[in-house]
Amino acid sequence: MISTLILKEFTLELRKKNVISGLALYLFSTVFICYLSFSLKQNQITPLVWSALFWVTILFSVINTVAKSFIGEKKGREIYYYSIASPAAILISKMLYNFLLITILAFTGWLLFSIFLNNPLADLALFAVTLLLAALGFSTSLTLLSALAAKANHSNILMAVLSFPVVISVLLIAIKITKNCIDGLDRSVSYPDLLTLLAINCIVAAASYLLFPYIWRS
Amino acid sequence: MKTWAKILCIALLVYTIVGGFLLEVPRLNIVNESIRALYFHVPMWFGMIALFTVSLFYSILYLNKPTFKRDTYSVEFIHAGIVLNLLGLTTGMIWANYTWGSPWHGDPKQNGAAIALLIYLAYFVLRGSIENEDQKARLSAVYNIFAYAAMIPLLFIIPRMTSSMHPGNGGNPGFNTYDLDSRMRLVFYPAVIGWTLLGVWIATLRVRVRFISEKLLNLEHE
Repeated sequence: MISTLILKEFTLELRKKNVISGLALYLFSTVFICYLSFSLKQNQITPLVWSALFWVTILFSVINTVAKSFIGEKKGREIYYYSIASPAAILISKMLYNFLLITILAFTGWLLFSIFLNNPLADLALFAVTLLLAALGFSTSLTLLSALAAKANHSNILMAVLSFPVVISVLLIAIKITKNCIDGLDRSVSYPDLLTLLAINCIVAAASYLLFPYIWRS
Repeated sequence: MKTWAKILCIALLVYTIVGGFLLEVPRLNIVNESIRALYFHVPMWFGMIALFTVSLFYSILYLNKPTFKRDTYSVEFIHAGIVLNLLGLTTGMIWANYTWGSPWHGDPKQNGAAIALLIYLAYFVLRGSIENEDQKARLSAVYNIFAYAAMIPLLFIIPRMTSSMHPGNGGNPGFNTYDLDSRMRLVFYPAVIGWTLLGVWIATLRVRVRFISEKLLNLEHE
């Protein structure tokens, strides 16, 4: 059931290419604006500025990406999905799909940042793991909030307001590990943080799983 | 709230204020007399967490069986919790102004408190943007539970992982490390109970106001 639903998400996404290209362009424009704003003073992008710019860019693109997962759905179609699939299957398929999308987005963002602004990271593998875990954290927490925001008026504003406080804990730990990656510290320094990130992901995923049925019933 | 709880609350707070300003406190560098902020600033956070937890409890009950009463309790305990949060931030900022040199220092606990404030303000934005009463109550209950689950790592785990300038953290002296600490505990624990009771009292008063206005509204409709 879940695999069918994920396949359906992909088919729909590829059929409406304007949405995905819109997201790609959003990411590109943001990185390009970062590049242009610093264009005269390239050397002023210290590693810490780089990390701040990177995570802010990723955060905004991710919120826009995940927001569309429920807000974009047509009202009638939603009722149809709920009549053929269990809420848990719908939530998990959306989460996994968003996770894949965010991962692609995050790694593309990293690539763009390396091209336009430099790449100050010393430990690439650890940073890749951090990106994956952060993507998991974003997808687990934001998917539920997107479903919540879709039920209210002014969904897009609400999505941003509701999600910032909730994803901050993921973001703070990710930034902390990024700093370790930039400094090229020994990996054992970052293991506790990675574990905390994983634990937060588990808490948030479990909470989403338990709470989602109450949202779709309305 | 029961009458004995109200009397206990007033008695404890009078004791906190009199005892908090007049009893002996340990002499520490930099902190000096401002250590008395412990009786007024720290209980705010204990009270806030207690009130938000009660609200969480009512939100879970609401999802189990939706009633107007449970929703009202959950909302009003958050209102009272936000008041304690603001008071805690203010007292902390006044204290930090004299001890750390400026009101806002980006200390992990300070940021955590500000983020908790953002979460619960977002809760009210969510409630404001849904018109259907049942849907409003259910969705805000879901957000309350979800935000609380996301707030725990923020308020309890992250400050312990990073260094904090708060007394008792990161090698800074706190009242636990002193042999005089029992004297401070004598006022501190009653203060925690007193301020928490005050928060509960405010919340229950607001709940009663909501019930009465709901009753009046129903009478007008008839």
